[in-house]
Amino acid sequence: MRNILHIIRKEFLQLRQDKKMFGISFIAPVLQLIILGYAATFDVSNIPTVVCDFDNSPSSRELLRSFTSTGYFTIVEYFDKTSDIDNQLDDGHASIAIIIPRGFEKKIGAGQSAPLQIIADGTETSTAGIGLSYASIIVSQFSQNILLESLIKRGSVTMPARVSAEFRVWYNPELKSRNFMVPGVLGLLLMVMTMLLTSLAIVKEKELGTLEQLVVTPIKPYQLIIGKLAPFFIIGVIDVILVVFFASLVFSLPVKGGALLLLFLSLIFLMTTLGLGLFISTISRTQQQAMMTAIFFFMLPMMFFGGFVFPIENMPTIIQYVSYVIPLRYYFIIVRGLFLKGVGLDILWPQALALFIFGSVILSMSVLRFQKRLE
Amino acid sequence: MKLHLVSLNILPIVRKEFRQIKRDKRILSILLFIPALMLLMFGYALNFDVKHTSMAVYDEDRSSVSREFTEQFFISEYFTKVQTLESKAEINNLLDAEKARVVLVIPSSFTKDIQRGRAASVQVIVDGTNSNAAATVLGYINAIIQQYSVKVMTESFVRMGQQNITMPIDFEPRVWYNPELESAKFLVPGLIAFILMVTAVVSTALAIVRERELGTMEQLMVSPIKPIELILGKTIPYTIISLFATVTILFLGSILFDVSIKGSIFLLSLVTFIFFIGSLGMGLLISTMVETQQLAFMIAAIVSMLPTFILSGFVFPIRNMPIIIQGITYLLPARYFLVALRAIILKGAGLSAFWDQALILTIYAVIMIGISSLRMRKILA
Repeated sequence: MRNILHIIRKEFLQLRQDKKMFGISFIAPVLQLIILGYAATFDVSNIPTVVCDFDNSPSSRELLRSFTSTGYFTIVEYFDKTSDIDNQLDDGHASIAIIIPRGFEKKIGAGQSAPLQIIADGTETSTAGIGLSYASIIVSQFSQNILLESLIKRGSVTMPARVSAEFRVWYNPELKSRNFMVPGVLGLLLMVMTMLLTSLAIVKEKELGTLEQLVVTPIKPYQLIIGKLAPFFIIGVIDVILVVFFASLVFSLPVKGGALLLLFLSLIFLMTTLGLGLFISTISRTQQQAMMTAIFFFMLPMMFFGGFVFPIENMPTIIQYVSYVIPLRYYFIIVRGLFLKGVGLDILWPQALALFIFGSVILSMSVLRFQKRLE
Repeated sequence: MKLHLVSLNILPIVRKEFRQIKRDKRILSILLFIPALMLLMFGYALNFDVKHTSMAVYDEDRSSVSREFTEQFFISEYFTKVQTLESKAEINNLLDAEKARVVLVIPSSFTKDIQRGRAASVQVIVDGTNSNAAATVLGYINAIIQQYSVKVMTESFVRMGQQNITMPIDFEPRVWYNPELESAKFLVPGLIAFILMVTAVVSTALAIVRERELGTMEQLMVSPIKPIELILGKTIPYTIISLFATVTILFLGSILFDVSIKGSIFLLSLVTFIFFIGSLGMGLLISTMVETQQLAFMIAAIVSMLPTFILSGFVFPIRNMPIIIQGITYLLPARYFLVALRAIILKGAGLSAFWDQALILTIYAVIMIGISSLRMRKILA
């Protein structure tokens, strides 16, 4: 025990000397959380829209009004020529173009079908997809209204049957993407920060030749590992507290499922990331190797396959299986469940268990590998 | 004469750096093949398509009409039926445990309302956690219900004795540049920028600081080498190795993901090259600013990975961000590169559409290499 304390003290002394690193460990996560949390949004509103209204009639203007009144579309400019629309979409000044042909109102009045053209810039798939689906809802509602109005005008007393839907959105009623993304950014940040800390821990001593000094002392490998890990664990815990605190404060996201539970489960998550970092450190010869291994083989796949923005359900089956060994996958379910749904351990225990098993396995694997190396 | 001197001194450094990279098999193979492998994996696996959304049905009506209505959802590939509920109480648990993302509730009056020519209303409960997917799902559901509604309407018109009913507006949506709205077309250029950025910064971030930490810098100090020569000598090997990776990435991108390059290949290579030099310069700058490799690693990872992922416009449209954050995105070289890349690859645009982006990237590269040389002078002095 005394041995472990010695190493912890030595590590902390070393960390304190490195003021820059100390600062980065605490300031970078908070700063990044705020900037990235605000940046990560898919909310589609005010899609820049250009219009070619060849009809310029009360009906065409009413149709355009029904577009702008939703808040999803903002008309940036009106044009007289369709060729101007080409340029606008090419330059990226507009994402949607609405073209209303001449005779729009006349056709509607005569009970004919009036063509309406809407062009979307498909390069930004999510904006285009959501924009078009809003557009089709607006148009079909407009269409049905005209139909019903003309029926009333003709003096019909009976209305046709129709089906309508009443939508309820749970957990995130305003469909704000921030509510989904901020917990995700929190998970990503914790993963990156804590893995950065430990992935160079052992290899650094190896490369600088100070490991041999430790080997000749009576310290046992597991004591060395615990001693090395403890300061990073403490930094990690402080990071968890900081990040959770700022996430709920800055983005006014209360932890519905309880802050204590979140902290507790985050600690289990910390086991996995610190363990992974340590593991990388034991399988690398130089710090550069460790860095590249950490980034390319661990962090990037975790960022992309963990379910941060890209839904795991849509990935190929093999990748879906791969994602089961990504701790971040479970942690995302936990943070989102606790922030948005307010569920408890009764629902989240499988994820917590998975993280715990992963953490124990990776930590003992690193200790074993390290032990073998020392002997 | 001066130029001659420069090249004479650079060569030994380039050679030495090459030898060092060659000795470390793992790093060499990471730099050469991992970028292509990542593009392959990520390109295939990542998309925003919302398909097979799990849906549960609570049908209080239990009639042939309500069954026909429910069928509409499952003949498309957008929804998969996970369960038929027996009671309303089950809904809660189902959504909490993510066993279903959507619950469709059909009231007992459904058939009666349709037969009597009233508006029949159904209830749809959607899990809004993933707002983006939820918005798309809402769009699909709305479209399916509207379609069904029109069908019911026409049928009841016929019953009312009116025949020719046409919908007043014939709506034809068109998508340009990426007609099938495949997210690969949107994501592959972004992935290329992201992978190049991370590779470049990561490969040079330790270049200088490693020599300092391991004590080999002193040998360089006593040699007559100039700072700019040292910086260039360190950059060139990584540029050459990574150019190989870049070509494979572009090649794979166009072959495998059908993201054919519509614009000029020459322009594409030129812009990529400039961007790459700038990113390598950024890695070098980090390397000259810190004393330990660990710190260089942390800074490199923090400035290159998450910001390029989230702030560059790779996945999140910059237009949707708050104004202040939009201002911050101007600091990221990947932002400019991405605009140029998408313009060339997807739209086939010429230099006139993105010359400003290319200019900024050039300025950025010059600044990065310049400042690192200045910092280098301080270290060598």
